Amino acid sequence: MSDNAKAAAPRKPVARKDMTRWQWTWKEMKRNYAAYLMCAPFFLIFFTFTVGPVVLSIYYSFTVFNLIQPEHFVWLENYMRLIFDDDTFLKAIENTLIFAVVTGPVSYLLSLVTAWFINELAPKIRAVVTLIFYAPSISGGVYLIWKVAFDGDEYGYVNSLLMRYGIETQPILFFQNATYVMPICIVVALWTSLGVAFLSFIGGLQAVDKAQYEAGAVDGIRNRWQEFWYITLPNMKQQLLFGAVMSITQSFGFGDIVTALAGFPSVNYCAWTIVHHLQDYGGQRFEVGYASAIATILFAIMIGSNMLVNKILSKVGQ
Amino acid sequence: MARLRTRNHKVVLSRSAGGDIGISIFLIIFGLFMFIPMYYVIIQSLKPMDELWQYPPRFYVVHMTFQNFADMFNAMSDSWVPFSRYIFNTVLISVVGTFGNLVCGSLAAYTISKIKFPGRTALFRLVRLSLMFHTTVASIVNYMTMSRLGWIDTYLAVIIPAWGSTLGMFLMKQFMEGNISDAVLESARLDGSSELRTYWTIAMPMVKPGWLTLIVYSFKDLWNMGSSTYIMSEQLKTFNYAVQQIVSGGVARAGVGCAASVVMMLVPIAVFVFSQSQVVETMATSGMKD
Repeated sequence: MSDNAKAAAPRKPVARKDMTRWQWTWKEMKRNYAAYLMCAPFFLIFFTFTVGPVVLSIYYSFTVFNLIQPEHFVWLENYMRLIFDDDTFLKAIENTLIFAVVTGPVSYLLSLVTAWFINELAPKIRAVVTLIFYAPSISGGVYLIWKVAFDGDEYGYVNSLLMRYGIETQPILFFQNATYVMPICIVVALWTSLGVAFLSFIGGLQAVDKAQYEAGAVDGIRNRWQEFWYITLPNMKQQLLFGAVMSITQSFGFGDIVTALAGFPSVNYCAWTIVHHLQDYGGQRFEVGYASAIATILFAIMIGSNMLVNKILSKVGQ
Repeated sequence: MARLRTRNHKVVLSRSAGGDIGISIFLIIFGLFMFIPMYYVIIQSLKPMDELWQYPPRFYVVHMTFQNFADMFNAMSDSWVPFSRYIFNTVLISVVGTFGNLVCGSLAAYTISKIKFPGRTALFRLVRLSLMFHTTVASIVNYMTMSRLGWIDTYLAVIIPAWGSTLGMFLMKQFMEGNISDAVLESARLDGSSELRTYWTIAMPMVKPGWLTLIVYSFKDLWNMGSSTYIMSEQLKTFNYAVQQIVSGGVARAGVGCAASVVMMLVPIAVFVFSQSQVVETMATSGMKD
């Protein structure tokens, strides 16, 4: 026992008196050195491959840099070029926003409504139904089946259906026609979008205390819609916020699906997004400064929309 | 006020038939939209050649065969790398990447949620912020980092960054917050248990759902990884890359493409099915709070 007591002694919290804030912090840091060591591996990697690159990208976005010569500072030149001199980029911004504004909220609401409807099923059935809705989001490249479905010749399933019922006489070249590319990509993106947010809602719904519903019924809640509004939603506010972040971030990240379906670049850049523009300049042309400006704008848009939506959502129900 | 209905002294919640029907219709239509493509891929993978070409396409299979799965191994014959190598690469990357993410992530989640050290809130806020943007924005600098480290065209370039991926760690931290009692940890510390030991023998066994959730997400991301900008050598490329090559090979490989897609999707689905209830339990604590 005395050995144990001795070992425990140095870890006792330091009383915070007779010293400045910094002295206290330093003492606390020394006392908890083990904590820093334990989280070091994770944060070392996190800072090297996520935080650091984002910060550096912001710096590089003010420079011209081609990986061979040292970078030189050009202030806002890259941004000027992007906004005033790069029509493809403006198209990319437009498409990105359309994508995000449609898939983000739609995916969010679909996740919430579906999770809510599923919640009342018997546990075994609920598990199966959850899997059906969730599976597309975890099954990798299976969305390529949609490419087959919308194939441009008469063997594409959609074309064959349209022609069989006489709606069209000629097969439609879905992925060569700017009118169809974006809507199809959005549908496929939605198909894969019941992911983390959806599961979060399912988890949140199951955690709501059942007694509250009974209490609600006693207090005069008359139907399931009122119950949802007055009991369920306020109870799962944390999940609603988390799901929003997941849905928004996801809605900016459908570039791979677009590339797989519509090609790189898509016809007339009709589904060209900021992510594609970034891949083009960063991965293929090695204009690091310019690509960093694109990355910084994308970063700002994602963070900005997340902050905004979080602010709005956290006001709901207060 | 509506009359309160009870059965066996329990309150029966009021549910209108119209609502039930509406909800069922929604679930069935939306469910079919989600399910049919998956089902169709599976059905196609089991069809023999002549049935694959039947027109209009059929949603059932008459003579079931596993030939497509066998042919899968010859489908990449124009590549000098054996097909099993792509599978090996994906398995290696997924397993090592997930394991590393579990170790690093759970250590970080534990320290941040259960040890009060200066800086923990700031670190966690950064992790939370990282959920708000896509890692694509880091891709340019990451390429430079990788080439400076000499990791281009090695497994390290795809495995190591995964060790620091944040979603699993974030969920685990939120789960630990509510599911590990501080009193138990405190008494372990008083008994002289080191933090590392407390983490391993006391905290970790209490948060198995958190583990599994981290594994599910980390594994899914790595398993589904396609071509990476850091990898050029054919012998280091992934299964998903090979599947995409086969599928885009066009009609001649339709059945094989579907077979490969089925293998591709069944693994993460199996991992999820195995851990579903625990993942849902973890999700009950998911939230954006500090």
